[in-house]
Amino acid sequence: MDWKRFGFIALIITILFGAVVLVGQSQQRPLLIITSMLATTIAVATPLTLGALAGVYCERSGVVNIGIEGMMLSAAFFGWFTGMYLSNVYHWTLMPSILTGTVVAILTGALMGLLLAWLSVTFKVDQIIGGTVINILAVGLTGFLNRQLFFGKTSLFGGTVPSSPGVFSAIHLPITEIFAPLCKGGNICLENINAINRVFDQKPIAWAAIILVFVSHYVLFHTRWGLRTRAVGEHPRAADTVGINVEGMRYANVIIGGMMAGLAGAYFTIESIPSFEPLMTNGRGFISLAAMIFGNWTPIGAWAAALVFGSSQALQINMQLYRDAIPPEWSFLQQSYVVGLTPYILTMLILTGIIGKTTPPAADGVPYEK
Amino acid sequence: MQPEKQEKSLVRQVLQAILDATLVPFLAIFTAVLIGGLIIKIVGGDPFVAYKALLQGAFGSKKALSETAIWATPYIFAGLAVALAFRGGLFNIGAEGQLAFGAVFSALIGYALPGWLGFDLPFYIHLPLTILAGALAGGTWAAIVGALKAYTGGHEVINTIMMNYIALNMTSFLVGGIMKDKNPLNVISRTPLIAESARIAPIFDGLRIHWGFVLALVMAFAVWWLLNKTTLGFEIRTVGLNPDAAKYAGINVKRIIIITMLFSGILAGLAGSVEVTGLNYRHELGFSSGYGYDAIAIALLGKSHPLGVVLASFLFAAMRNGATRMQFMTQLPVDLISMIQALILLFVAADAIVRYIYRIKVKGERVVLTRGWGG
Repeated sequence: MDWKRFGFIALIITILFGAVVLVGQSQQRPLLIITSMLATTIAVATPLTLGALAGVYCERSGVVNIGIEGMMLSAAFFGWFTGMYLSNVYHWTLMPSILTGTVVAILTGALMGLLLAWLSVTFKVDQIIGGTVINILAVGLTGFLNRQLFFGKTSLFGGTVPSSPGVFSAIHLPITEIFAPLCKGGNICLENINAINRVFDQKPIAWAAIILVFVSHYVLFHTRWGLRTRAVGEHPRAADTVGINVEGMRYANVIIGGMMAGLAGAYFTIESIPSFEPLMTNGRGFISLAAMIFGNWTPIGAWAAALVFGSSQALQINMQLYRDAIPPEWSFLQQSYVVGLTPYILTMLILTGIIGKTTPPAADGVPYEK
Repeated sequence: MQPEKQEKSLVRQVLQAILDATLVPFLAIFTAVLIGGLIIKIVGGDPFVAYKALLQGAFGSKKALSETAIWATPYIFAGLAVALAFRGGLFNIGAEGQLAFGAVFSALIGYALPGWLGFDLPFYIHLPLTILAGALAGGTWAAIVGALKAYTGGHEVINTIMMNYIALNMTSFLVGGIMKDKNPLNVISRTPLIAESARIAPIFDGLRIHWGFVLALVMAFAVWWLLNKTTLGFEIRTVGLNPDAAKYAGINVKRIIIITMLFSGILAGLAGSVEVTGLNYRHELGFSSGYGYDAIAIALLGKSHPLGVVLASFLFAAMRNGATRMQFMTQLPVDLISMIQALILLFVAADAIVRYIYRIKVKGERVVLTRGWGG
């Protein structure tokens, strides 16, 4: 474990949380602010965590994946479209239609991963260009389908976008139920427990992302598959010599990465809001890559980094709640444009390596020629 | 006999070189158009009608040609920006942000400078200053990324993308706030109109095509000259091909990286600046949606050669301009063009696919741009 890095991450998160507490304390109790920040952070970090995991799988096997953004966007579209179509045309109920939508989103990601692997492993296309192709293709494809299917000549629903069945609801953990009896009639105490409970009332994809972080850690560092993946990414020739199928491992890992990105895409249209908008991923795929680098190409590190970006986004959201409490001499902070810059500036700062250099897998981005 | 034979073979060599350079892009476009036609067929349109409308809309009249050239102008600038960076071994995805920054600063100097000075400037001073402001704003924006790359190793791909978001946030902040048109009738985020003295004149009466188009062609020549006829250009190309070798040859690689990004950003800034000074006469939010990303496809399609960039810009401009008429005639969405463009990019970038389909052998070396994240 790289304790210095985790210490730094904890410091940034503390500063970001502290800023909101400082601004909002005149209107709300600090504990409630912190729990609300935590709940938002975990939720909005979900696509970043999954995106970063996608990057970790791809790059540990030696394929730079800059197309995560496009993978997310196309998965968001097809996942949402499936759920919407099933519920409107076949009158499926909420859960079956959005679950099928999630599966379709993951499959879309897998297909995009297959495309990237095909380009970069089989055709040995420059991997950054391959990823850019995926990004531009995703924008064109989703934009075209979105307009053609709803507003075009052959529109499916007579020129309207029908309403989507909805989004996943939070999984409720019975924390309040268990601990409430310990409160001896204090209202504040009950309110605190409720607030803490809300931190853990996350939606299914958010939970899946956290579970996948630990599963990925185990797979990459404690299984034969993980060892082979890392071997292929560090020294493909040596791996090839001992009989590991370099191209096969790269294909498999890039497709797994694509599935992670696909699930991240599902977050946008199946877990967060029940609709699709062109370009809705809004750079999250690229921020995921920064999280991956910041996390030194490890799942747990990437998750911690994703939480940093998540908390800077939570800062933006929560600042809006307390915007009236911002002192007049800091009034420019009321502009969401200004606070909205934090994740981007943070990304650039992190990439400068001021918190220690990170080392990518040695063969990252290099096509393997036998 | 002997010299004549040699001459002949030289002509053949040149022809062969031209064929080699254009064959794959041509086939890539052809394949993409073919697939695009299939998609049109699938969604219930008539590909021939659609493509005919597209061509008419792009080239069918004087006005159509003028509009195509207007589309091509920012494409040429932005395409050159990406191409120049490519030649220096850098991937500038940030043309979009540099362009927006250039546009905002051009607009600012364009409308506010006479007020600051308290007197009107003649156009031969005001216009160059306005364009220069945009160029330098774009250049500075990109040079920051170059410096980060040179001194800290922060990868330019991520940093230019982050700078895009920062630029778009900041321009929204400026144009929606202190730079907003104060006219009480105005409700949208846009700057006031720039002064008459800061505008580029149209070339012909009655058509919108302006001298900025000529400036774009001049810049294409200038980039070619820079890359092929100057020491600096040689250094840029050397760093692009092999930074280690460049370092051992005594080239200051850090300096070259920053200069390459600076020039690249200047070109992208010009794209935004010329849109403001020659066409819109103000900056309005959201006007540049996608130029910076199209520019990547254009640079790749043009094989990072200035002439290739100009030709590719015309292709993309014709598609964008013709798409409106295509949508009018066939009700096919304009986004179809984005799809075809993405396919062109796919086939150009992955020329191995095109070579595989049409059984063309590889000539020359593969250029590898990716150098991992370490820098």
